[in-house]
Amino acid sequence: MTEATTALTNAPLPVAPGRVSITRAVLRNPLGLSALIILTLIILISVVAPFFAPHSPTEVKIDKILAMPSSDYPLGGDGAGRDVFSRLIWAGQNTLLGALIAVSISLVLGSVAGLVAGYFGKVFDTTFSWAANILMALPAMIVLLALYQTLGGSVYSTMAVFGVMLSPGFFRLVRNQVIAVKNELYVDAARVSGLSDARIISRHILRVVRSPIIIQTAIIGGIAIIIQSGLEFLGLGDPATPTWGGMLQDAFSNIYINPAGILWPGLIIAATVASLVLLGNAIRDELGGPRASAARPRAKPRHGHAHARTQGTEALNPGSGNGPLLRVRDLHVGYGSIENPLTVVRGVSFDVTAGEIVGIVGESGSGKTQTAFSILGLLPRGGRVLSGSIKFRGRDITFAPGNEMQKIRGRDLSYIPQEPMSNLDPSFTIGHQLVEPMQAVFKISKAEARKRSLVLLARVGIADPERTFRSYPHEISGGMAQRVLIAGAVSCGPKLLIADEPTTALDVTVQAEVLDLLRDLQREMGMGIVLVTHNFGVVADLCDRVVVMQNGRVVETNDAETLFSAPSDPYTQALLAATLDDSPPRPPLAVTAAGTSKGKL
Amino acid sequence: MLNFLARRLLSGVVLILVITTITYALIYSNAGNAARNILGESATAADVAAKAKDLGLDRPLHEQYLDWLSNAIHGDLGVSWFTNEPVSNLLANRLPVTLSIVIFAVLVTALVSTVLGVTAAVRRGWLDRLLQVVSVIGFSLPNFWVALVLVVLFAVAVPIFPATGYVPVTESLSGWFLALILPVTALVLGGIASAAQQIRGAVIDVLEMDYVRTLRARGLSSTSVLLKHVLRNAAPPALTVLSLQFIALLGGAVVIERVFAIPGMGTLTINSSLQGDVPALMGVVVALVILVVIVNLVIDLANGWINPKARLQ
Amino acid sequence: MSETDTSAPLLEAKNVVVEFPMKGFRKAPFRVLHGVSLDIHPGETVGLVGESGSGKTTIGRAILGLVEPAAGTITFDGQDITRLHRKERRKLSDSIQVVFQDPYTSLNPTMTVGDILSEPLLVKADLKGSARTRIRELLDQVGLPSGAVDKFPREFSGGQRQRVAIARALALSPRLVVCDEPVSALDLSTQARVLDLFIEIQERTGVAYLFVSHDLSVVRHISHRVAVMYKGNIVEYGDGDQVTSEPVHPYTQKLLMSAPVANPVRQRERRIERHTMLAASSKEGHN
Repeated sequence: MTEATTALTNAPLPVAPGRVSITRAVLRNPLGLSALIILTLIILISVVAPFFAPHSPTEVKIDKILAMPSSDYPLGGDGAGRDVFSRLIWAGQNTLLGALIAVSISLVLGSVAGLVAGYFGKVFDTTFSWAANILMALPAMIVLLALYQTLGGSVYSTMAVFGVMLSPGFFRLVRNQVIAVKNELYVDAARVSGLSDARIISRHILRVVRSPIIIQTAIIGGIAIIIQSGLEFLGLGDPATPTWGGMLQDAFSNIYINPAGILWPGLIIAATVASLVLLGNAIRDELGGPRASAARPRAKPRHGHAHARTQGTEALNPGSGNGPLLRVRDLHVGYGSIENPLTVVRGVSFDVTAGEIVGIVGESGSGKTQTAFSILGLLPRGGRVLSGSIKFRGRDITFAPGNEMQKIRGRDLSYIPQEPMSNLDPSFTIGHQLVEPMQAVFKISKAEARKRSLVLLARVGIADPERTFRSYPHEISGGMAQRVLIAGAVSCGPKLLIADEPTTALDVTVQAEVLDLLRDLQREMGMGIVLVTHNFGVVADLCDRVVVMQNGRVVETNDAETLFSAPSDPYTQALLAATLDDSPPRPPLAVTAAGTSKGKL
Repeated sequence: MLNFLARRLLSGVVLILVITTITYALIYSNAGNAARNILGESATAADVAAKAKDLGLDRPLHEQYLDWLSNAIHGDLGVSWFTNEPVSNLLANRLPVTLSIVIFAVLVTALVSTVLGVTAAVRRGWLDRLLQVVSVIGFSLPNFWVALVLVVLFAVAVPIFPATGYVPVTESLSGWFLALILPVTALVLGGIASAAQQIRGAVIDVLEMDYVRTLRARGLSSTSVLLKHVLRNAAPPALTVLSLQFIALLGGAVVIERVFAIPGMGTLTINSSLQGDVPALMGVVVALVILVVIVNLVIDLANGWINPKARLQ
Repeated sequence: MSETDTSAPLLEAKNVVVEFPMKGFRKAPFRVLHGVSLDIHPGETVGLVGESGSGKTTIGRAILGLVEPAAGTITFDGQDITRLHRKERRKLSDSIQVVFQDPYTSLNPTMTVGDILSEPLLVKADLKGSARTRIRELLDQVGLPSGAVDKFPREFSGGQRQRVAIARALALSPRLVVCDEPVSALDLSTQARVLDLFIEIQERTGVAYLFVSHDLSVVRHISHRVAVMYKGNIVEYGDGDQVTSEPVHPYTQKLLMSAPVANPVRQRERRIERHTMLAASSKEGHN
């Protein structure tokens, strides 16, 4: 996984400027632009209602009660004979003002509280978080109804209270962002650089919370309009003031005579709220970081299966069985669109014979992990084999369908991952995670699988197998977790084990023990191992043969001893020269002191 | 586990106390002209003062509150100022109606949004995009407006469902079901899409976890990994989404009840609010807070059962 | 600077104890450092090696003022800096600086390299005016083109980012830089080049380093003296050559034997040697 992401981030980046202004982000997004135009129009027309509306909102014409649209009343008349069109425009003022009140109060209250709680923590955080939880636990509509009379029967003061009730949305957002940023190393660096709290907040923290706040504002604005209309629909507020919700109330009381009356107020509410949401979404999509935007251009993941199946059936008759255990030929792996994939593995070929340990070494972005995942048929989403072939025990598995690979995995082919902790499901006990696949693969009873698991746990050097069996992943150490994963991987007696940086996340003393364990298990079971690593020491310790990769290509394949004593490729030579094993230790300071203590930069 | 339960219960009780205290202080502080409201404009000042004394409004606020609280603990929530009916009776009649609507709605939301969210997370593609569009539309349309449209379409234009009224389950199951179809539909349409999107996000987060790949490498099928491991790990955030949906649906039900003339908590709240029937409003708030505390407790317990780490804390 | 300066330590930590509060009511705090003493002379590199959880990062953070010791003293150039007030601590920014492990999270992704490098200069009023020239100078020193000023961190590779972080640390010409695993996130070939950059800067400017790492071979390459940490204590402290080649303490020996050598023949020997050592020590343990 880590390899996959680095492979993608190392790709030539589009020359997009890092800091896109929010306005430009919206203008660039067609949906965002149209939402912005509609919203501006609605606001503008509402503001200049006195000049724009053909009639006064309270002007009554008896002959126009529930009238059809005419040149005088373009959208017809309401239940009291007033012009629907004019009232819609006038109502905009009142509804938008109410929403503005609620949004401003929740924005200021929530953001300031979130900033204080997140940055200074302690009592502030406890108190504010508690208050926010209480506010979030209440159905706003009912609280507002209960308080309506107390608030003097005014919709605006009700909306002000609603603003307070909405503030936890901003509070949580800002608080969580601030906490995340506060723990970033760059904030520590700023502190060491001597920046004051105020400067750190304005330079580092506000920058990060700015765009989430704008998105949240748009959504809260939408909620405020809907709730306010709901309250007015229920009959709250001054009946003389036109509002969108009040107009719906009027249309509702005449619904059997004029069902079409509900149309316009509903549409204008929906259009306003939808524009707000779309505006928020546009900002999120343009500024929201890699997940929101980079994931878009995606290829169909199962591309290549149609012809894969024919290849698969052809290959069902394995050859003599004398060939290598694994044969990889001219393998290409790519990500992204079909037309223009980003190729991360470009023509990799190598063999693994039974009982052999082959190391694949390379730096980040060399494609070594991608190669390992393609053998397992478990490339991350969006990745696929573009061409080439993978033969396992004589059988072509390059494009084998999922259910066939599933029969091979966990039986003949198994896998040890890099990060022990993230590779155990936190919700299940260790024992369960060993027993479940064993039952699925061997169709054995639970008791039998349990017995075998305990033997395996003891074999991989776990002191108290019974106890570990009952433990959850967070209750054991990283070294133990890696032993558990090794136990799982060898539980089926695999022919080939794919180990992806199996010791990288471990401390060096634990690494030595795990390497010993792998060597012993390999001898006992006679399995082949593909060992992916960046560490030449690990290669020297374990491998018979080594494949050196750079930028998705194999630059050298050699037996281990020759590789270290007489590397043939210049890249291998450079890598070996960069290892510090043989670099001389630095002499004590006294020798150089005279020269160094002088002068500064 | 018992410790965990006890602490949750205690924090629930504190929550109930805090909220009722604040609400009481807010709504009674301004209940002074209630007596005039009840008696009408023609009443004399002496009559109004007598009525206020009768209601106990002349006493200091904290005394009134302590009285109310000690009565409330014994199940006596006072008497409605307008109908003179005990508030607990009012609630007992109204709560089951609203609860049946909200529980029905929560079940529908949970079922549909889980199926949609999980499918979208696994399949992505067109379903994903459709879900995005629908959730914007669902968010933008006020549910009471959707209710009005449903009334126009299915009760006025093509009368298949009853436009108004409520039939208790005890009377007729099919009648109850038919009466609730339109209100529940109006209630859930907005929430389903957004809940589905959040569930989709939670499932995708789990699908990208390393242990999912490792379990598949152990020979488990992707279906069994999805059904057992992915769903279980995605459940806590999904449960939180549903508990927030529950609160939103309670609020939404108020307006929907008005449209369909359903005699539930919503109608009680609106009438009490417009009249200024303070004891009834207090009763509504108490009932709702208790309901919310119970739901949160259930969610916490479910999370504790699913997530071993939460259980240990 | 006079000759006597080299003999007096620039930084001295004495019996530093650091505790972290445990989650939960009335739980005893967790002691990360059990009284650590350390001295660094001007122009010297002291390597601090240990495994995860040994407390090596914490002592660096205590020196930087990012965690407060529960006991012990830290003196810098004769001044007690153990528990400085935020304001006084800020004045130290031109004396003690830091380079962190992860060049991906130690640079704010929304700021340009120019913004990042001008940050320390902002604080010093007298440097604000000449900031642009200073930034160019700094980039030149760490081997980055001056065009890097307007670029964002994500436009650079890991090694280049670490160079930006080094430039930021050097901006105020500090006398001590705490380097917290500065090369462990880097690829092998990059790692060697960045280490050489550290040495070259030190030889030119006389800055002192506290160089924290889990990798014995990295520490050996750059350090004049080496301290080995194990479970919150320094178990061995001495000349780099001696500690990394002929360690005295059993833990250091185990650490040295555990690191695999990039040579199959020698690694086989080391493995056998390690097994013998382990067998001997377990025998000792039984007796």
